[in-house]
Amino acid sequence: MMEYIQILGSEVYKILFLLVPILVSVAMIVWLDRRVWGLVQKRKGPNVVGPFGLLQTLADALKYIFKEIIIPASANKTVFILAPIVTMTLALVAWAVIPMSEELVLSDINVGILYLFAVSSLGVYGIIMGGWASNSKYPFLGAIRSAAQMVSYEVSIGIIIINVLLCVGSLNLKDIVLAQKELWYVIPLFPMFVIFFISALAETNRPPFDLPEAEAELVAGYQTEYSGMMYAMFWLGEYANILLMCAIGSILFLGGWLPIIDIYPINIIPAPVWMILKILFLFFLFALIKAIVPRYRYDQLMRLGWKIFLPFSLIYLVFTASFLFYFDKLPKGNF
Amino acid sequence: MTLSRIFKTIFLVEFIKGLLMAIKEMFKKSKTVNYPFEKGPISPRMRGEHALRRYPNGEERCIACKLCEAVCPAQAITIESAEREDGSRKTTRYDIDMLKCIYCGLCQESCPVEAIVQGPNFEFATETREELYYNKEKLLDNGDRWETVLAKNIKLDKPYR
Repeated sequence: MMEYIQILGSEVYKILFLLVPILVSVAMIVWLDRRVWGLVQKRKGPNVVGPFGLLQTLADALKYIFKEIIIPASANKTVFILAPIVTMTLALVAWAVIPMSEELVLSDINVGILYLFAVSSLGVYGIIMGGWASNSKYPFLGAIRSAAQMVSYEVSIGIIIINVLLCVGSLNLKDIVLAQKELWYVIPLFPMFVIFFISALAETNRPPFDLPEAEAELVAGYQTEYSGMMYAMFWLGEYANILLMCAIGSILFLGGWLPIIDIYPINIIPAPVWMILKILFLFFLFALIKAIVPRYRYDQLMRLGWKIFLPFSLIYLVFTASFLFYFDKLPKGNF
Repeated sequence: MTLSRIFKTIFLVEFIKGLLMAIKEMFKKSKTVNYPFEKGPISPRMRGEHALRRYPNGEERCIACKLCEAVCPAQAITIESAEREDGSRKTTRYDIDMLKCIYCGLCQESCPVEAIVQGPNFEFATETREELYYNKEKLLDNGDRWETVLAKNIKLDKPYR
């Protein structure tokens, strides 16, 4: 018993050290998202609460906490309550393996990328549970759409990840970043980066792929029946997921915590700052895209996923493999 | 599909154009104002909150002719009148139900002495319905409060009436 308490004592502070910055940055990122959206549409965006409106999300969260949680009479109570918890937990759990620098990582496991892939695949359960347990039309339709969408785009993301792994020869996220010391993979694998980015949009239900919560058709999709803190947990999970996708993108393609060029004035900037800058850059693109694109139709979404991205990434995978094999550049690890 | 269309689709040309345009638009001045702190311009013809005006010597303008009551399409105005000791006819009751009112401006148009006017104030939301049943006292108070603006607006709009 004492042992457990000791382990808890020595580990819990690490988890808090990871979770608190993530939750704070999720709040900031929601502000950034809304602000960029506003600026593109020539509005001002949130700018009243706190400096530049930075505390707007905190104010919103406070409001959600004090709101009543309504559970529909016909809902399956257990699953209904579990759904937002699952969504948020899965979104936060994945952050355990994201390396912010060579030392700054909660658990440096050798199958990091597989772990990330598994956790982000599980993410769809939160949405399906929410949609099904609400026992109402719109959430149900939203959940079905979301399940189909996330499953389709996960396939192409998986193949894109194989592309990168082929160049690295390791599943460890640290090794993936360190393998990019000479050349970021965004240059040789640029088409894969583009497809990864678009698939990430679909994976996180962002516009133009926000079909599961298409407000014009489905009210709010799977979140329709949720209110108060449970709704807040859904969007917390959603934005944590978006941030996670940005982090994965910067690790796989943009060289993680590595500076742009390894020369004197640039490489004294600490590693986590580079990582954060890259995540912010990708998120900025996410936010811009939200402002400029119309929503895809359901059949267009499926066509893009299965008929274009999947074959293209497969062909590129063959191409990468042949290239590496022909020029004898295949990674030589200890396997 | 023509060749150029295929090229555009594969290399996301339109999409990148859109992105660049969005970035360009971001740095332009926004068209909206910080509403509660800044306000947009208001026309002198603005039909906002009602007010009953007085003459500069403090006498009420309203002569209880009840034209506004008659013309009001929503029948929001209720007037009762009586003769004062000095022989002039004045209102004893002048109520406007601001919830019924449709802010059409006919009362102001029909008034022969420019007593009932609609001012530029539109921020008179309240928390209860009762507060929006305006009586004579409230309307006269409004008139006293907004007199400078009301007089100016009426003067500005005179040539067009």
